[in-house]
Amino acid sequence: MHVIRVPSSLDFSTVDGVFRQCAGISEGKALFDAGYLRFVDPQGVVGLLSAGALLKRRLGRTAHLRLPRQASVLGYLARIRFFEQARSFFSMETRRPRETAASSDVLLEITPVTTNSDVHVVVDRVQTRAGTILTRTLGYPLVTVVQFSVVLSEVCQNIIEHAEAPGWVAAQAYYWAKRLERWVLVIAVSDLGRGFRESLAEEHAGRYRGRWADGTALEAAFLHGVTRFTDSGRGQGIQQIRKQVRRWDGLISIRSGTARIADVPEWDDTPVLQEGLSHFPGAQINIVLPALHAGQGGERAESRPGT
Amino acid sequence: MNGYGIDPVAIDLHRLMRRQVASLHAHLVTRPTGRAVRTAIQSQLATAGELALSIIDFSDVRVLDFSCADEVVAKLLRQCRPSGEASRAFFVLRGVGDPHLEPIQAVLERHRLAAVAETAPGRCRLVGVPSETEVRVWRCLEERGALSRADVAAHLPDEVDRATLESLVRRGLAFRRPGSGDYLALSNLMRSLME
Repeated sequence: MHVIRVPSSLDFSTVDGVFRQCAGISEGKALFDAGYLRFVDPQGVVGLLSAGALLKRRLGRTAHLRLPRQASVLGYLARIRFFEQARSFFSMETRRPRETAASSDVLLEITPVTTNSDVHVVVDRVQTRAGTILTRTLGYPLVTVVQFSVVLSEVCQNIIEHAEAPGWVAAQAYYWAKRLERWVLVIAVSDLGRGFRESLAEEHAGRYRGRWADGTALEAAFLHGVTRFTDSGRGQGIQQIRKQVRRWDGLISIRSGTARIADVPEWDDTPVLQEGLSHFPGAQINIVLPALHAGQGGERAESRPGT
Repeated sequence: MNGYGIDPVAIDLHRLMRRQVASLHAHLVTRPTGRAVRTAIQSQLATAGELALSIIDFSDVRVLDFSCADEVVAKLLRQCRPSGEASRAFFVLRGVGDPHLEPIQAVLERHRLAAVAETAPGRCRLVGVPSETEVRVWRCLEERGALSRADVAAHLPDEVDRATLESLVRRGLAFRRPGSGDYLALSNLMRSLME
């Protein structure tokens, strides 16, 4: 039995550890031990789902998921609809709580994205909920609700158009007490497709000769808007998302294969390019949008994901 | 046929999408949706006369993403106004609010196109990538609504400007009335045809 230890805090900065542990597993049974999980954000839950799906693909059977002991974390996983998706990839104990209606800080529960219609579902859901979170919690002007929907639409289409495989998206606002002392909105997208390097290889690898790798593929797509399509209208989705995220002083990163590339605002210290990470076959997009002003945002200050 | 020698075609994007593309979808997002909308517009245009002014109304569209804008606006213009040929298809993008403007501007820039957009009731502007001269000449026509053939030289004494006016007609950004040869701003033409 392979045991994958889920860290007590599972987010953008720690989810790679889960993939690292999965990397060498190709046969036998697997157990994800999330018993000590105390904090998880959208990047963490979507990452955990992806790891479970990858192992199922590799092992031909579902891994077992040992559920968090903390009731509040279980409650959060239920609210963000983790179990609804996880039952396809994990066997689990039966003590998980009933899935309840989304809480006010969950902007978008984990939503599978496989078809064009799913993107419409995502945009519809966000349109009805984003106003309060974006304006009251983050202090953004009302017009950003539409811009935010456009960002979500484009990141979700990235899954369908380039990965050609299923993926998920989730978004939630929460208070970053230690790192930023302000509210942030975290958007997590993950797919189990073929990744940027393979997606772009046929059209572009030749020009890079021996330098074609996950890092160069990400640079080509992320920095230069390169796409596998010859149509000149293509490749602008990521560029427009970057532009919008920069306007909001946000962080955006894309991880694919063994590399991660990011636009990093002053308040964060994520490396701009990381290579040599454990292999992730698809792509993960992480966006963090900070509130315009520091502060705990009034009545919803106590909201925390997964705690 | 009206006295202008051009057929008006009114296209309400929101209604078109709900009726012909996907009754459950309320927003102009995703490339397949955009393709379907463009196809529906093109089949509507196919029934119009040789010269047609299409008024594409964004008023009831709340969300327009870049992929959909590329299909609905940029590709539509590119296909209906092939470069090097005098345009026979004229377009006014109507009801273009701030949320629409950014994706429309981005896709037009990418394809090096320009279009006339009504960004407030009764107020049109050129969006995309017109040259400075094109903007100046277009404004001259827009402010007057029309320029008779005889008046052109008085209002545009510079030969370059007059050539630019011709270029605006070829690009489908201004209209020259068959017969009289008078020039009409598309906003004026739209109002006249819709009355």
